[in-house]
Amino acid sequence: MAEMLRALCLVVVLGLTVSPTFAADTPLGFEDPAQQALFESLLEELRCLVCQNQSLADSHADLAQDLRDEVHRMVAAGENREAILGFMVERYGDFVLYRPPVKSTTWMLWLAPLMLLFGTGIAWWLTQRRAAVTHSVPLSEEEKARLARLTIEPQDDSRQH
Amino acid sequence: MISEYGHFALALALACAVLQAIVPLTGVALARGSWMDFGNHAARWQFFLLGFAFLGLAQAFLAHDYGLVYVAQNSNSALPWYYRLSAVWGAHEGSLLLWVLVLAGWAAAVSLRSRSLPRDIAAVVMGVMGLVSTAFLLFLIITSNPFLRRWPAAQDGADLNPLLQDVGLIVHPPLLYMGYVGFSVPFAFAIAALVRGRMTPAWARWARPWTLAAWVFLTLGIALGSFWAYYELGWGGWWFWDPVENASFMPWLLGTALIHSLVVSEKRGSFKNWTVLLAIGTFALSLLGTFLVRSGVLTSVHAFATDPARGIFILAILGSLVGGALLLYAWRGPSALAGSSYGLVSRESFLLANSLLLTVATLTVLIGTLYPLVLDALSLGKISVGPPYFNLAFGLVMVPLVVVMGLGQFARWKEDSLGRLAQALSRFALAAGLLGGLAIAVLSPNEWGTTLGGVLLALWLVASTAAGVWARIRERQHRWRALFTLPRAFVGQCLAHLGFTVTLAGVVLTSSQSADLHTRLAPGDSVELGQYTVQFESLRDYQGPNYRATRGTFHITTTGGERHTLMPEKRFYQVRNMAMTEAGIEPGFTRDLYISLGEPLGDDGAWSVRLHIKAFVRWLWLGALMMACGGVLAMSALTVRKRREAPQAALASTLP
Repeated sequence: MAEMLRALCLVVVLGLTVSPTFAADTPLGFEDPAQQALFESLLEELRCLVCQNQSLADSHADLAQDLRDEVHRMVAAGENREAILGFMVERYGDFVLYRPPVKSTTWMLWLAPLMLLFGTGIAWWLTQRRAAVTHSVPLSEEEKARLARLTIEPQDDSRQH
Repeated sequence: MISEYGHFALALALACAVLQAIVPLTGVALARGSWMDFGNHAARWQFFLLGFAFLGLAQAFLAHDYGLVYVAQNSNSALPWYYRLSAVWGAHEGSLLLWVLVLAGWAAAVSLRSRSLPRDIAAVVMGVMGLVSTAFLLFLIITSNPFLRRWPAAQDGADLNPLLQDVGLIVHPPLLYMGYVGFSVPFAFAIAALVRGRMTPAWARWARPWTLAAWVFLTLGIALGSFWAYYELGWGGWWFWDPVENASFMPWLLGTALIHSLVVSEKRGSFKNWTVLLAIGTFALSLLGTFLVRSGVLTSVHAFATDPARGIFILAILGSLVGGALLLYAWRGPSALAGSSYGLVSRESFLLANSLLLTVATLTVLIGTLYPLVLDALSLGKISVGPPYFNLAFGLVMVPLVVVMGLGQFARWKEDSLGRLAQALSRFALAAGLLGGLAIAVLSPNEWGTTLGGVLLALWLVASTAAGVWARIRERQHRWRALFTLPRAFVGQCLAHLGFTVTLAGVVLTSSQSADLHTRLAPGDSVELGQYTVQFESLRDYQGPNYRATRGTFHITTTGGERHTLMPEKRFYQVRNMAMTEAGIEPGFTRDLYISLGEPLGDDGAWSVRLHIKAFVRWLWLGALMMACGGVLAMSALTVRKRREAPQAALASTLP
C-alpha cells in the first residue's frame, strides 16, 4: 500500500510539472450499452486531481488515464456506481467528486438554492401586499400649481454648461 | 523608449484620476459649477493618457523590447505580430491595464453625453468613476506594473501561453471587460442618485442605455469565451461552470435583472430601492470576478495565503467601494415604497418575481463558486463543486424563471387578470405544446424528462412572444405593415427574448441529442457514428511559425451523399513545452461534426481520436448574438427617444 502511495505521489508530482507533454489518452469502452453509460457518467463526475479544473473524461494527464483505467476495470468487474465512487473517495477524499456528498459541512450548499427560492417567494408575496395597500394619491392643489408652473417655465438645469 | 513615456503617462493618469475623484465631488459639496464640470475634462484626459500608456506597451511588444519584464514573460521573437499585440492583455499586468483603460473609456463616453444630465448628477458620476479608477490605478502601479524593467534585458521572451494564441482570445477579453467594467456606470449613477437624493424615473432613464450597452458587451464576451472553449480545448464542451466562467456569468445574471428593473423604475416609478441595490450588486460582482480571477485564489487558497498582496488589495477595493455604497444606501436609500401601485397579476409583479429569481440564480452560482474556497480556508476539508451541482441547482431556478418570463412579457402594466392571460395565451401555448410533442417524437430522447421539459419551456417563450406580437397587430388594418413598423424597443425586447429561447433550446438539445465516440484510429481506418461514416485518411506533419504540428485528414460521409473533410491538428509549442488541440469542425445549423486528435498510440500511426456529433450546438451562440442585437435595438430606441424628449427629461429631473 505504501509502495502504491509513493508511486502515486510521484505521478502527482510529475503530472504537475510536465503535464501535457507526456499525456495519455487510451480509448476505453464497453460493448454493453449500460456499462458504457455508467462508465461515461462516472468519468464526468470524477475530477482529475492534478488538473486545474477538468473531469476525468476531459483530461489528458497521466493520472487521469490511470484513474480512467481503474474505473474501467471496476465497471468491467461488475461493480456498481456507489462502490466505485466510494472507492475513489476512500482513496482521494471528497475532492475527487464533482457532486459534493451531503454531510455536515455541505448541507448548507445543497439547501441554499431551495432556501433562497423559498425566501424569494415570501419576499415577493410581501411586496405584493404592500404594493396593493399603497394606493395612488391624487395631487394636492399646491402640487398641481407647482406642476403647472414647471410646465410653463421649464427650469432646465441641464443647459447651464 | 516609448514604453518609458507610457510609464510616465500611467503616472499622470493616476494624477488625473485623483483629481477626477476629488474636484467634482468637492464642487458638488460647495455648489461650484466649474468644479463640478471639471470631472468631464479629467475623465477625457485620463482616457487619453491611458490610451497612450497602452499603445506604449503594445509598441514594446511589437518591437520585441525584452527589457520589460512583462514582455519578456509573455512574448517571443517567433510569435506572429497579431499575437504579440493580443499578448498585451495576455497576462495579469497587461489585462489590468486594459481594465483601467476600459474604465476610463466608459467615463470619457459618459462625459461626452453629460450635457443631457443635470450638472450635479454628472459631477457625482464622474467623481465615483474617478474613485474606482484611482483605486485600480494604484493597484496596477504598486502591485502589477507592466512597465517594470529588468537588467540585463532577456535574450528572448518566454512566449505567450499557447492557449491564448487564438483569434478568439484577441477579442474575448476586451469584450468581457467592456461588459463588466461597464457596469461601473450604472453603479456610479446609483451613487449619484443616493447622494443627491434624486430617485426619480428620470434617473432610471439616464442609467438604462449605459446598462444595456455594458450588458450587450458582456453577452458577446461570454458567448465568445464559450465558443473559444468549444473549439480550442478539444473536448467539445462549451461551459464547465469553472469559477472563471462563473465570475463573468454572475454579473451577467444580475445585470439582466438590473435592465429589467430599470424599465419598471422608469416607466412606473416602482422598485427604485431594488433597482439601486441591483446596480450596486452588479458592479460588486464584477469586482468580485476581478478578485477571483486576478488574486490567484482559485488556483489554490494556500498560494493566495503565501503571496496575498494582490488579492488583499483587490479585496480592500471591493470592500470599501461596495461597503461604502451599501452604507450610503442604508443612510439615504428611498425609505417609502413610492411609485404607482400595481396588482398581483401585472407586468410589474411578474418583472419583480423575475428579477428576484435572477438574483437567486446569481446567488446559487455565487455560493457554488465560493463554497469550496471558504471550506478550504477554514480547514474544513477540500471539496469540488462542479457541473452536476450547478446543472441541478441552476436548472431548478430556471424553470420558474422561464414560466414567469413568458407571463411577464405579455402581461399588462398595473393590472391584468389571469382570465385574460389564459384566454390570450392559451391558443399559442396549445400550439407550442403540440409542436413540442412533435419535436420530441422526431428527436431521439435519451434523457426524456429534461429534453421534454426544456423544449416545452422554450416553446412556451416562443408562444408568449408570438402572442405579444399578435396582440399588437390584430386590431390594425394592414397587419403585415403593422408587423414591420412595430416600435423598435418592442422588437428589441422580442429579439432578445427569442435569443434567450434559442440558447435555452440549444443547451437542452445539445446536452441530450449529441453523440460521441472516443476511439483508436490509424490512417486508413474508418468507423461509424450515428448516420456518419468517418474515415481517417492521412496524417501529415508541418512546421508553424512557433510550433510543430501534426494534421490529420478525415472524410465524413453519410448514406444520403453528404461528404465533408475535416482537418484536426495537434500542435506542440516548443518554447512553453505545451501541446494544444485544434479541433476540426464542420459547422451546421442542426449539428456540428467535431473531431479532435488525442495522443499517438504506438508506432503504426494510430491515434486516439474523439468524434462528436454536437446537436444544435450553434444555437447557443446564435441565441447570444440575438440577445445582443436585441439589446442594441433597445438601446438605439432609447437614444432616439432621448433626443426627441430631451427637454421633458430635463424637466422631470427637477421634480423631487
